[in-house]
Amino acid sequence: MSRNTLFDKVWDRHAVRMLPSGQTQLFIGLHLIHEVTSPQAFAWLRERKLPVAFPDRAVATVDHIVPTENQARPYADGLAEDMMQAIERNCLEFGIRLYQPGSGKQGVVHIVAPEQGLTQPGMTVACGDSHTATHGAFGAIAFGIGTSQVRDVLASQTMSMSRMKVRRIQVNGTMRPGVYAKDLILHILRVLSAKGGVGFAYEFNGPGIHALSMEERMTICNMAIEGGARCGYINPDQVTIDYLRGREHAPKGAAFDTATAWWLSMASSADAEYDDVKTFDASIVEPTVTWGISPDQGVGVSEAIPAKESFAEGERPGIQEAYEYMGFKPGQAIAGTKIDVAFIGSCTNGRISDLREAAKVLTAHGGKVPASVKAFVVPGSEAVKKAAEAEGLHLIFIEHGFEWREAGCSMCLAMNPDKLKGKQISMSTSNRNFKGRQGSPEGRTLLASPAMVAIAALEGKVTDIRNVLK
Amino acid sequence: MPNIISSVSGRGIPVRGNDIDTDRIIPARFLRCVTFDGLGEHAFEDDRLQLKALGKLHSFDDARFSGAKILVANANFGCGSSREHAPQAIARWGVDAIIAVSYSEIFHGNCVAMGLPAVRVSQSDSEALQTIIESDAKTVVSLDLNSMQVTAGGKSFACQLADGPRKQFLTGQWDALGELVDGLPQVRAAVQKLPYMNAFA
Repeated sequence: MSRNTLFDKVWDRHAVRMLPSGQTQLFIGLHLIHEVTSPQAFAWLRERKLPVAFPDRAVATVDHIVPTENQARPYADGLAEDMMQAIERNCLEFGIRLYQPGSGKQGVVHIVAPEQGLTQPGMTVACGDSHTATHGAFGAIAFGIGTSQVRDVLASQTMSMSRMKVRRIQVNGTMRPGVYAKDLILHILRVLSAKGGVGFAYEFNGPGIHALSMEERMTICNMAIEGGARCGYINPDQVTIDYLRGREHAPKGAAFDTATAWWLSMASSADAEYDDVKTFDASIVEPTVTWGISPDQGVGVSEAIPAKESFAEGERPGIQEAYEYMGFKPGQAIAGTKIDVAFIGSCTNGRISDLREAAKVLTAHGGKVPASVKAFVVPGSEAVKKAAEAEGLHLIFIEHGFEWREAGCSMCLAMNPDKLKGKQISMSTSNRNFKGRQGSPEGRTLLASPAMVAIAALEGKVTDIRNVLK
Repeated sequence: MPNIISSVSGRGIPVRGNDIDTDRIIPARFLRCVTFDGLGEHAFEDDRLQLKALGKLHSFDDARFSGAKILVANANFGCGSSREHAPQAIARWGVDAIIAVSYSEIFHGNCVAMGLPAVRVSQSDSEALQTIIESDAKTVVSLDLNSMQVTAGGKSFACQLADGPRKQFLTGQWDALGELVDGLPQVRAAVQKLPYMNAFA
């Protein structure tokens, strides 16, 4: 059993009591809410006549269903409008802060909470969304939960849970030019598989991780869930502290110093023990692109789509299914694959540094997105959009043929008007390449970094970014 | 009001394949709703349509399995999105228990919270069970949470469920809400020790 890791420290400090079932009643320091997974939870509270126990520890925003083009109310999609009205009514009735479009604070929930300084080290975070793992970048223990548990957290600010094991993912070495946090996590997923992390919390550690900015760390932790780990985290360090200083909900003045001391004390101790350790070398990671229907089905851009025989026998039916769905053959190079759509955004890669990297590629390469490709950028939040516009990034995107949209989840999961059509291939900075994920039941997704999506948009095909950045 | 779940018995329905994600179980367009009502008919909708287009039949469209109570799946079932709409759709279609090699943890947590037992068996046993119900859809599959055994077609298979959730089903306390709310006085006392709740709140 792990000992003295950040996970253990946070768990122990938030464990209220042991329930008769043997599960722990765990306090949740920050409850994030969005419109898709909360309406039934609020309805259950009404049925049972229960109030929200700690309304000050909850924050809501709207992201999944929000249109990124025309945001005029009522929304053209009546079902989306119903969901908006439901969350507005629920937050008003139960006394929960709601960051609405136009407030300057709306956006993808996992982008908004960190930028507002709500996510802090040493906390427990829960949200009815699997990508809650993102908040682990701050050294928080952040769980995605379902709607019944959203109800539990609303009513008690706690949930019933069992402790998990802790796997340290030690990353040595430095990523080479043209390789980003997205490539690193896709590489880790490829090695450890989509189910390798079931039962574990992932601690990302080592010089290859601590060299990353907060935004890059969020990209890493965001996709821990794609490896089966319910949460992923990075121990807080000076980079974390510097990011938090001055954020709206971060402590101020002397309280910030008190907080800093506690935050850093929550990091895994030098004598921490882990249930498992896996070691990676960041310097061997290539720009990585997924070719299949699971986020662990990725290859370096210079590689070919792997042969079925390179996988364990039990995995081969799934690999065959992936070839067939994608229309790809083993041995075929991933570079040169023609794309129809280029999507930059999402809780994985919709932050300002992601947009800067993509814009840098457009400027360095020059040219315009060909008519055969639909390319669009969806900032992760209103704050990201404002910052990008202040830097003129939107003009670069527009000049090179991208559409510039309003903040939301957009085509990451296509619960809004942004959808693939037919068998289109989308190269996307988002997190899932599941069958049908981007809105067309036959649509195909290649996951990659913002830089790789930007260059693919200009070239109309999967292209090695290292050829441009030379 | 305890709602004890100690056994489930009924015909089985197989869903073969590892890593079946919740987008496949219930595509995102059906999440545009404020209740879970009516999700059952859309379970696996896109997989079903695609197989139909190929002249094949998804088990959820196969009349032989209509009325089945026990879903038998393989590894990492329910991975991906946390949407409780996925187990809700499966339950509302008529499934009362799931047997699989492994589950995504969020999916499994959702199953427990809604009173849907989801147990684990070995890869070979999951395939053996699938083969049994495919060869005779009338076979009754029985899951017993006391003995942690699955029986079907005269064969018996050991299954697993962590002690916590197992106890929750056997004592009828799978809906943790009541207990969690009962613990609120302890919660309020315990959080005083968290510095972010006072020292630098």
